Amino acid sequence: MEDDDEFEGEVKRFLYVNRKAPHGTIYALETLETVLIAAAFDQDVSMVFIDDGVYQIKKDWDTTNVNMKNFSKTYRALDGYDVEKLYVEKESMEARGLTEDDLIVDVEVLSAAELSDLMDAQDVVISS
Amino acid sequence: MMLHTVNKSPFERNALSSCLRLAKKGSGILLIEDAVYGALADNAEGKKLAERNGDFKLYVLGPDLEARGVADKPLIDGVTVVDYGGFVDLAAEHDAVQSWL
Amino acid sequence: MKFGILVNEGPFTHQASDTAYHFAKNALAKGHEINRVFFYNDGVNNANKLSEPQADDRNLVKLWSELAVEHKLDLVVCVAAALRRGIKDELIPEGFRISGLGQLVEAGIEGDRLMVFGD
Repeated sequence: MEDDDEFEGEVKRFLYVNRKAPHGTIYALETLETVLIAAAFDQDVSMVFIDDGVYQIKKDWDTTNVNMKNFSKTYRALDGYDVEKLYVEKESMEARGLTEDDLIVDVEVLSAAELSDLMDAQDVVISS
Repeated sequence: MMLHTVNKSPFERNALSSCLRLAKKGSGILLIEDAVYGALADNAEGKKLAERNGDFKLYVLGPDLEARGVADKPLIDGVTVVDYGGFVDLAAEHDAVQSWL
Repeated sequence: MKFGILVNEGPFTHQASDTAYHFAKNALAKGHEINRVFFYNDGVNNANKLSEPQADDRNLVKLWSELAVEHKLDLVVCVAAALRRGIKDELIPEGFRISGLGQLVEAGIEGDRLMVFGD
């Protein structure tokens, strides 16, 4: 990643769309790695959690007995990388019986209609 | 306006239904890979999509229909068949592209 | 127009890399530019030259490599994703190179559209 910190240029709106549950597939973990890099490029980064992606930020993971990496704390660290725009779709959260109290990070809960406007205003959408 | 691509069969995954819930009205939706089954008029999922086709501009990737032996099946009203070149044109004509995986 | 392409799956389990390849080829044929193809997640497996598909199957590793040479494309394999999966310099076909995730972000910043092909 030798050139990562040297890029200078325009700021684009990058949206990372998370729709997959953690652990069952690698997408949640590897997407997080990308988000941290985009933030290092001083881009306008947002993350949205919809469908099973909401489970990525469910608190109280204990991965001891599945012996897989517990990267839950990385979501809490996003703030330190200036990734502060985290959105959860209300409909997805409620369909899964979750409330904001179940989540490990502070998020803004938006309805599908509100999220629709937000997603439509992005320049680069990276989904997994 | 954004172009949304969907590559999952609506019989198996919720990618298309989530796209329909969250894509802004008037957006383009291109069905590719296993999602092309969702464009067929004679199946249950195609019938569901047909109820929404006034809200979006619907496209389906022809080579994926052909590969699956369904190119001669009737498509739901208002769906335009494109080839890979047409896919490129759609991506260029819209402001951004979102993939529903 | 300048397209960036992200490929998140390998050449066999999913169709994503095939679709991405056809998209890239047709974009080039229409006179567009591909500023970078970035391989992430299992997509790094597109850069394994030891891959030997059966004779009656397409060889996507070779096709990407040939397309890169012909059009001087920048095919970048993510180093972190590649290391996890044992994809190292000695396995990388002509036309590919290994680099960091910053290259993906840069492709998104510099390009007009970023196309994501995954599963």
